Amino acid sequence: MTALWAAEPRPVWEEKPSRAGLAGKGVVLAVACLAVLFPLWIVVVTSLSSKQTIQEAGGLVLIPRGITFIAYQELLSGGQVTRAALISVGVTLVGTAFSMTVSVLGAYGLSRSGTLGHRWMLMLLLATMFFGAGLIPTYLLVQTLGLTDTYLALILPSAVSVFNILVLRGFFMGISPELTDSARIDGAGDLRILWTIVLPLSRAVIAVITLFYAVGYWSAWFNASLYLSDQDMMPLQNVMIQLVQKQEPPVGLGQAIKAGQLSQLAVQMAVMVMALLPVAVLSPFVQKHFKKGMLTGAVKG
Amino acid sequence: MPLRVRLRRDRVLILMTLPVVLLVLVFNYLPILGNVVAFQDYDPYISDNGVISILESPWVGVEQFQRVFGDSAFWDAVTNTLVLFIIQLVLFFPIPILLALLINSVLRPRVRAFAQAVLYLPHFFSWVLVITVFQQILGGAGIIAQTLRQRGYEGFDLMTDPEVFKFLVTFEGVWKDAGWGIIVFLAALTSVSPDLYEAAAMDGANRWRRMWHVTLPALRPVIALLLVLRVGDALTVGFEQILLQRDAVGPGAAEVLDTYVWWNGVRNQDFSYAAAAGIVKGVVSLGLVLAANKIAHLMGEQGVYKK
Repeated sequence: MTALWAAEPRPVWEEKPSRAGLAGKGVVLAVACLAVLFPLWIVVVTSLSSKQTIQEAGGLVLIPRGITFIAYQELLSGGQVTRAALISVGVTLVGTAFSMTVSVLGAYGLSRSGTLGHRWMLMLLLATMFFGAGLIPTYLLVQTLGLTDTYLALILPSAVSVFNILVLRGFFMGISPELTDSARIDGAGDLRILWTIVLPLSRAVIAVITLFYAVGYWSAWFNASLYLSDQDMMPLQNVMIQLVQKQEPPVGLGQAIKAGQLSQLAVQMAVMVMALLPVAVLSPFVQKHFKKGMLTGAVKG
Repeated sequence: MPLRVRLRRDRVLILMTLPVVLLVLVFNYLPILGNVVAFQDYDPYISDNGVISILESPWVGVEQFQRVFGDSAFWDAVTNTLVLFIIQLVLFFPIPILLALLINSVLRPRVRAFAQAVLYLPHFFSWVLVITVFQQILGGAGIIAQTLRQRGYEGFDLMTDPEVFKFLVTFEGVWKDAGWGIIVFLAALTSVSPDLYEAAAMDGANRWRRMWHVTLPALRPVIALLLVLRVGDALTVGFEQILLQRDAVGPGAAEVLDTYVWWNGVRNQDFSYAAAAGIVKGVVSLGLVLAANKIAHLMGEQGVYKK
């Protein structure tokens, strides 16, 4: 185990770290990490606690005791939250697939300089980073296109992010041209080159951008609140606003909460765990690639 | 090469780019035309079709802009936006830089990887979730309020207190995104040659002087770039985040330009007025980007775009 925690070799010219310095660093890092982890711990533990434990704690639970999955069972046994979670999963999957397809194709198309119209298409995308059309005209457009009260309104208006396309493009441009040129001589077309050479070499950045898009769709609530009026179509984040911020019990569970079998607080916390779980599980796997993605995207522009 | 030959040669690449270009044209450029409603008294009930409604609505010239500039609520929103921007610039901006220097100085790879993984995480949580977490800790029914109540103190509720709202919003932002912000700086730090540190050490510079003369100059371009981006974005301070909390503290403390447009346009259906306010905001924002970039050029940095 000691090897895992061992420090990197220190260059000979560098001073030995002072004890106070090491302790200070440790304290700051520990506080920063605890500030992130402690609230999440409370949320998870409370969502797993029985009504009795929550009442004894007088609210949120710090120490897990008498773990029960009753809140999750109730939420996932059909009804408002189950439906909202399925909607969120669906919109995230479809939206991410659509965004990635369009973005990868576009980024590859723009990564070849000298293509006809390459410069002005790039300018067209870049310019949108400096100004937006504004909320009201966008709202009127979505209405005019007839997207209101359809799931397309949750996907199309924010389907592509110019920043993400620039990151992908920067990465594609870094792939050595000898590889693609030799494939071209062998008779491969652009689609084939993209599929068999460029994409396999770009796994890291593809993973990062997929995560960015997926998190974007999963976290979105504003488009739904703007363009959807049907409560039955609302995704998970919007239902979470109703349950937790406006303190409304979920449809179908109100009886169980009134009857005293279920704690309203545990239900709220369970919804929060459902909202954070996919993100918390997926992002660490992609973490080691973040730096490269952000470097091509932000620093080199 | 003649156009037709190039078109033939590049047709696959152009077709690949077409979907992106179409999406951007429809959802980023087409709505710009919709801003004409700012010069109208737009009536959405003329027709189900927005285009016909725009064509049939009466033109009123700059009357909507006069209304905007004459409304004290608009100026309150401007003030709130700028105050919030300055608070965030002072209290938020330096934190990722300091954290990045700290993480960079940690020599144990496992510790470093763990700290990074934990600190990146909140960036991927939705604002709904972040605000809800804060509510459960700092709100009137939250864990701190309950602990205080057991000891006889009543009425602790930071989430509905207009006095602390701007600091609360900044704190939430730090919690969510300070960890994420360190990535760019860490990336910039990896590009510093160790030779520079060694040479400085040979010349007798201790670790603080090395940080001052080697590390910070290496971060300078990134800091300048991010500052330019922040200033250019000054009028857009956390729209979703603030909108979610607007009702709890009231518009007096929480109304920023974006929520002002949302409230007047979407809630009160006064589309022309809100569009006019949106245009004012957009024009000032664009001016800020250009000005900030100009200053970056004068400082000898590259800024967002080259000259």
